Amino acid sequence: MSATTVPTTTTAPTLWVRRPAGAKWAGWLRTVDHKEIGVLYMGMALLFFVFGGLTALTIRVQLAVPENHLVDPAIYDQIFTIHGVTMIFLVAIPVLVGFMNYMVPLMIGARDVAFPRLNALSFWLSFLGGLLVYFSFIAGGGPDAGWFAYPPLSGHTYSTGQGLDYYILGLAVNGAGTIVGAVNIAVTILLMRCPGMSISRLPLFVWMTLVTSFLILAAYPALSAALVMLFVDRHLGAHFFDANAGGDPLIWQHAFWFFGHPEVYIVILPAFGMISEVIPVFSGKPIFGYRFVAASSVAIGFLSMSVWAHHMFAVGMSDAENLFFSGASMLIAVPTGVKVLNWTATMIGGRLRFTTSMLWATGFIATFVMGGLTGVSLAIVPIDWFVTDSYYVVAHMHYVLFGGVVFGVFAGLYYWFPKMTGRLLSERLGKWHFWLTFVGFHMTFLPQHWLGIEGMARRMWTYPASTGWGTLNMLSSIGAGVMTIGTLIFVWNLLVSLRSGQLAGDDPWDAFTLEWTTSSPPVPENYLTVPVATSRRPLWDRKHPDMKDPS
Amino acid sequence: MTAAQARPAGRLSHAPLLGMALFIASESIFFMTIVVAFIALRPAGLATAKQELEFTKTLIFSLFLFASSGTMTIAERRRDRDGWVWLVVTGILGLVFLTGQGLEYVRLLSTGISPAAGMFGTTFFTLTGLHGLHVLVGLAAITGLTIASLARRGRVTAVGWETVAWYWHFVDGVWVVVFSVVYIGTLIG
Repeated sequence: MSATTVPTTTTAPTLWVRRPAGAKWAGWLRTVDHKEIGVLYMGMALLFFVFGGLTALTIRVQLAVPENHLVDPAIYDQIFTIHGVTMIFLVAIPVLVGFMNYMVPLMIGARDVAFPRLNALSFWLSFLGGLLVYFSFIAGGGPDAGWFAYPPLSGHTYSTGQGLDYYILGLAVNGAGTIVGAVNIAVTILLMRCPGMSISRLPLFVWMTLVTSFLILAAYPALSAALVMLFVDRHLGAHFFDANAGGDPLIWQHAFWFFGHPEVYIVILPAFGMISEVIPVFSGKPIFGYRFVAASSVAIGFLSMSVWAHHMFAVGMSDAENLFFSGASMLIAVPTGVKVLNWTATMIGGRLRFTTSMLWATGFIATFVMGGLTGVSLAIVPIDWFVTDSYYVVAHMHYVLFGGVVFGVFAGLYYWFPKMTGRLLSERLGKWHFWLTFVGFHMTFLPQHWLGIEGMARRMWTYPASTGWGTLNMLSSIGAGVMTIGTLIFVWNLLVSLRSGQLAGDDPWDAFTLEWTTSSPPVPENYLTVPVATSRRPLWDRKHPDMKDPS
Repeated sequence: MTAAQARPAGRLSHAPLLGMALFIASESIFFMTIVVAFIALRPAGLATAKQELEFTKTLIFSLFLFASSGTMTIAERRRDRDGWVWLVVTGILGLVFLTGQGLEYVRLLSTGISPAAGMFGTTFFTLTGLHGLHVLVGLAAITGLTIASLARRGRVTAVGWETVAWYWHFVDGVWVVVFSVVYIGTLIG
């Protein structure tokens, strides 16, 4: 790679670089650049986040007071189904894949991903899949059997509309995009590292991305297979899940959760990776126990493939099965705990800078630990029997998925936004965003633990006043309102900072890793000369040649 | 930078092979899920299977598919000379296999065995049908490679040939599993 015609922009940078004037919109359609595809993924996530958020608010409005008849019960079914499908498949995965696309080649000193055109295909398949799922609303009604679409409810007998068919088609297409994307990212990490970037020097976000890619390859095909069987059942009159004809609905549950549980780690591991980048930089120290953080992710990856049936304790499995999946699920808390230990140990004795990014990262640790603990409690079979399908589960899952994934993504976004755009997000607005979301989040989901224990079932459309659940539900709904204000501030911050945020320069955070050595936003093909990784902290080495990182 | 850390020149040229290996691993999970469902539901369809499946005829058609892995290897070895001829042979063998599968489908459907008819139809058509679709994709890849190698003789890299070959061997290997589970399983079970 040579330094040919690339202008080095030091003042007002253009967004995501280059491209002749006039080709702006068509350019987004035909781009094969990993950075632009990364931005497309993030844009897709933001678009669907609006819908996912609006459905969440509708749920909270409906449940705010007892005996509320604001939303029709049949519509309510569609709303909670599309909320789950959207947030998992069309928000969490795309935003993380967006970050992987944008950051991984930069962090390993590569020009692009291994297969740029395939990368574009991945994005457009993922996006098309999302549109297909949403097209169901135009075609006569969305899917309404919950995001995990258990048969027989999702079979043709009980789901007579076309909503489930768009769910099947949409998720199959979306999943194909995700699988192809994972192949691409894994090959990129394995083959395109710059000189000196050995596996043991990979930034931890890249490590987590690698593990996540393998998990996607192992988990997503099970979902595709389950979707094929459901499709054949619905359209060719087959009997896979039809107990009357010798079929077994539990096959769906096994196949779905064989995908569904690794999926949880597919979305949380990259978030782990993000805060493993953020915390060392804002603690002014290298990560504590790099090898443990990396190795524990691999352990989580393996373990996550053998815990899926803890979603099925209530279906009546044998004691041996219950015991195995309960034990494996508790075991996974060990490598996760190792990570929490590493992050806190990194912060201890560091020169802490509580930037917005760092606030999100510490908020992540606090919230994720709480979600992790309720997770361990759910792995205990009798407790699971007691609270299964209740708001306790809803609370747990939002603590790890919102308090985990979303907080982690915001930590990553505030951290890398200046690299992507050349401008800093406003720290003042960012802190409002963080505190409103953090307080609103706990206000929304903490009360749901008690609601669940008191017997409020997840997905219930409304509840009688005599249950006494009104107060906690109202509190929960007010919390959702507070989060909404936080989110609106975030969108405002995004818009304002894109236009007139403070110029960032190449390395606004005094960071460690390669991506901060190139310009912000990066030049086409990322680096003017092939970078060399001299240690796990190559940029530190450049800034402190007298005390190089020994790794 | 030590020698071990330096990037071997041309390592990236193997990217398609690594990508294909990962994709095949992923596809294996896909088939594994369907095969497990087949095995779990097998008792409900076994009687029909014993009655309707023609072991010998399918075995003969299977031999064509197994042989095609051999011709694919020959094609790869002779890619600089007349490899494309062996690609055509491979494609024809694959087509013969698909024809056999088509004939079997027609026969079963004409006797009233369909995906809707019972558990045997449900599992049999889904599993063998998905495999057949993969054979079709493999045939498309072979056609593409044949055209590319003729149009730009010698310009398709060895890795390009090998990538297509790996997929074809995989499709072949899946049939070993499917044939064992569906046909041999019925014979002995």
